[in-house]
Amino acid sequence: MTVVPYIIELLQIGVLIGLAPAFVGWVRMVKCWAQGRRSAGLLQPYRDLAKLFSKDVLLAENASWIFRFTPYLVFGTAVLAGGIIPILSIDLPLAPTADVIVIVALFAIARFFIALAGMDIGTAFGGMGSSREMMIASLAEPAMLMAIFTVSLANRSTSLSEIIQVIYSGQSVIRPSLAFAFLAFVLIALAETGRVPVDNPATHLELTMVHEAMILEYSGRHLALIEWAGMMKLFLFTSLGIAAFAPWGIAAREELSAVPLALLYMIIKFGVVGVAIVLIETGLAKMRLFRLTEFLGAAFLLATLGMLAFFILD
Amino acid sequence: MSIDSISLACSAIVLLLGSAAFAPLLKRMQAFLIEFSFLLSTVASFLVTAAGVWAVARGINEQVILLIGLPDLPFHLRLDALSGFFLTVIGLLSMFVSIYSIGYVKGYIGQRSVTSLVIFYCLFVAGMLMVVLSDDALCFLVSWEIMAAASYFLVVFENEKPENRRAAFLYLVVAHVGAIAILLSFGILAGFAVKAESFSGYTFDSMRSAQLPIEWATAAFFLSFFGFAAKAGVIPLHVWLPEAHPVAPSNVSALMSGVMLKTAIYGIVRVTFDLIHVFPVWWGAIVLILGLISAVMGVLYALMQHDLKRLLAYHSVENIGIILIGIGLAMIFKSFNLPLLAALGLIAGLYHTMNHAMFKGLLFMGAGSVLHATGERNMEEMGGLIHKMPWTAALFLIGCVSISALPPFNGFVSEWLTFQAFLLTPALPSPLIRLLIPLGAALLALTGALAAACFVKAFGVTFLGHWRGQHHPRVHEASWSMRLGMLLAAVTCFCLGILPSAFIDWMDVIAEQFTGTTIASSAGRYGWMWLTPVSYERASYSGLIVFLGILAIVALAFVMLHVKAGRIRRVPIWDCGFEKINQRMQYNATSFSMPIRRIFGYLFSIRERVELAPQAAHKAFPKKINYHISIRDRIWGWLYKPVVDASFWLSRKVGKLQQGRIQAYLIYSFVTIIILLVFLR
Repeated sequence: MTVVPYIIELLQIGVLIGLAPAFVGWVRMVKCWAQGRRSAGLLQPYRDLAKLFSKDVLLAENASWIFRFTPYLVFGTAVLAGGIIPILSIDLPLAPTADVIVIVALFAIARFFIALAGMDIGTAFGGMGSSREMMIASLAEPAMLMAIFTVSLANRSTSLSEIIQVIYSGQSVIRPSLAFAFLAFVLIALAETGRVPVDNPATHLELTMVHEAMILEYSGRHLALIEWAGMMKLFLFTSLGIAAFAPWGIAAREELSAVPLALLYMIIKFGVVGVAIVLIETGLAKMRLFRLTEFLGAAFLLATLGMLAFFILD
Repeated sequence: MSIDSISLACSAIVLLLGSAAFAPLLKRMQAFLIEFSFLLSTVASFLVTAAGVWAVARGINEQVILLIGLPDLPFHLRLDALSGFFLTVIGLLSMFVSIYSIGYVKGYIGQRSVTSLVIFYCLFVAGMLMVVLSDDALCFLVSWEIMAAASYFLVVFENEKPENRRAAFLYLVVAHVGAIAILLSFGILAGFAVKAESFSGYTFDSMRSAQLPIEWATAAFFLSFFGFAAKAGVIPLHVWLPEAHPVAPSNVSALMSGVMLKTAIYGIVRVTFDLIHVFPVWWGAIVLILGLISAVMGVLYALMQHDLKRLLAYHSVENIGIILIGIGLAMIFKSFNLPLLAALGLIAGLYHTMNHAMFKGLLFMGAGSVLHATGERNMEEMGGLIHKMPWTAALFLIGCVSISALPPFNGFVSEWLTFQAFLLTPALPSPLIRLLIPLGAALLALTGALAAACFVKAFGVTFLGHWRGQHHPRVHEASWSMRLGMLLAAVTCFCLGILPSAFIDWMDVIAEQFTGTTIASSAGRYGWMWLTPVSYERASYSGLIVFLGILAIVALAFVMLHVKAGRIRRVPIWDCGFEKINQRMQYNATSFSMPIRRIFGYLFSIRERVELAPQAAHKAFPKKINYHISIRDRIWGWLYKPVVDASFWLSRKVGKLQQGRIQAYLIYSFVTIIILLVFLR
């Protein structure tokens, strides 16, 4: 038994936890440039987190253990997902633990508990956020699965590492179904990570909030954990997209020397994705809640079309 | 071993029947009666579970012939792997529910006599056990009727409410229409088994060897499928289910939803894979389509409910749909001669059967504890129960997580297996099936996501927030036996979630019996921790590592943050400076499901009405707003009402024959005789 994969695994989790705030900082920075504002810099999310961790926790009087447990669980599922999705290397000891279906389900657990936490205090906002989040999720999650399924059908595996291996070995061909799946995945990723046009991560405007409404009652280290997990979620969805649709650059060898190059590739790709997110966000306005059905319905349809295309054309 | 499993199972049934027979003698000592009978049924269920586990593990196939029943038509019993599996499902949940019942049924003491509840409870469990042990049509139908009749009496147990009587009547009607269809199906099978010269065609053995022409096989399959679907609550035959399950005492609801529906699944598998065993692709396609419709519609109906037990009942429709998806896939693959995939589909369906029994039993027991504690079934009047009923809340939460198919609990494993069955489908030659597979996967994914939304609502509205009701009952935690029953079910859910390969290894013999191949050759190859259907490269899942991983990270984060922890201050809710925040401002069940109601509203007939109370000075400042909403199943109006109306119309017409005068009746007899003489010479 060699220790190298375990070191790579730990490195990857470290990269996820350490660089997720930087990625969010990068997106905010580019957004500021695009909108002609001065940015707070790449490190502002770290400062925000540090501030939250040092603060006391204000807990509503009737908060139950679910409210206090949820931040840890949300953080835990995000970190675990980061140990499974190939970010730097495909040779991860945790990779066979879970395939893409399990990863989607890991996000679902986090969402389930955040939605419960939103209802725990018994304010109108919390319930509103939970109700909307579950509505969005119930349309987004199946579309997400469909998009991922198309990729896994094309590469004959639901394990991400295996998918990448098949792509590397050149057995994979360009298929029309993958184009549908990719489009659907982009739409879903926007919805799942709470970006414009589905939700606005920067708003605290009462009636348009979704994610922020659920976590309105959180403070101190609890809020810090949830915020951090949110940043990791954006990071993970980007990695998931990269792994499924454009994995070139992720290390395939079981050597530590391959990691720095993979890291470099990763940073370049994330830079590009960040710019793309900003272009989408500045180009679009947030949608009304009930127009989201069309947005998510389109994603669901595209994803299902992708799978149909696979079964009928390929 | 000196005692074989089938006699163990039979002695358990005798124990249950004896307990039922003995109960009237103890009716003066109600508390003792409850303890005695439910302990006895716990023991009996344990014996059955042991027999079932043993039978499946050894892959035995034993038969006994009992010389009871009609002359020359003895009862045949058989215990094979499939029966053993269902014995285990029924036995395990009955055991937990029987423990739970000790505490739950005591709540009735002082209100009404529980003697009939005890008697029919024992008969009900015995009937279900006999159904899965029967090896001939006669014994099967007798047991089926014992089960149906006993459950009818359990549903009308609280018979002073007209809605309970109505629900029970509806249940009885649907159960009997279904039973007639099953009887006819067996008639066809038996008719081809022997050409009417002897009666021995009624045994399953002779049906197995019968050669049926395809049109008669189709008739037999669809008649039996109709009958079993009516019992299982497959849409559109589900209307009785959300009426009957909620009104029964909660321990009975747990058994009805958890295991009685499974006897119908048993029937479908037995008739299709065992008795008919050769079938065209389109049967499987129809089963799959009905499964998909039931799954999606079931969960959507459930989302619209605000009665906790009714919500759970609609979820049974959904889960039966998911089970049928697995079975439908297995049928399709079997007729395309893909045994490995057929085995995977069948195992996925049966795994979900086990899972659903456990978590639905758990959830109904939890709902029963809430009902017991608050006297309330309407979620709009609940809230904040997690503080007063911590045990029930935690156990109910495990049920919610399991049914929402979230890892590392058991519901996820069976959905994952079903997804794998979808994804492993190669290009099948039939264009219809090629369309059906991706759509099926999409709908299954939608079902899972909606189920999660529904259980956030169910748990959130019932247990979290503040109490929403007008009156404040003295809420108490469930008694120890109720908690124990729920705890055992929750532990089983958890074990089935983290140790799936051990369970699949155990039940693989069923797949071998019906598809000729096993999946464990691949599923367990990399050790007990890994679930790898088909091959290690295609997909793998380890519930245990997912659980331990999350646990480790949560614990690490917790410890690291508590080394130098900031203080936690308890403060009132942030009310945005409004200062008059009250519990009526919380989201409730109706408001929670509003976005989804708006999206899928066209599937229901929804009537909304808003009334402004007039006593305000101006229209813009009403003193009070009343909001009424009624959501109805469209299927009732489309499918059932015409049938009900037609049968009433027909009855009125036929009723005119009844004159009440003897002369008229004599003329009827005379005319009948003349006609018979003329035409039947």
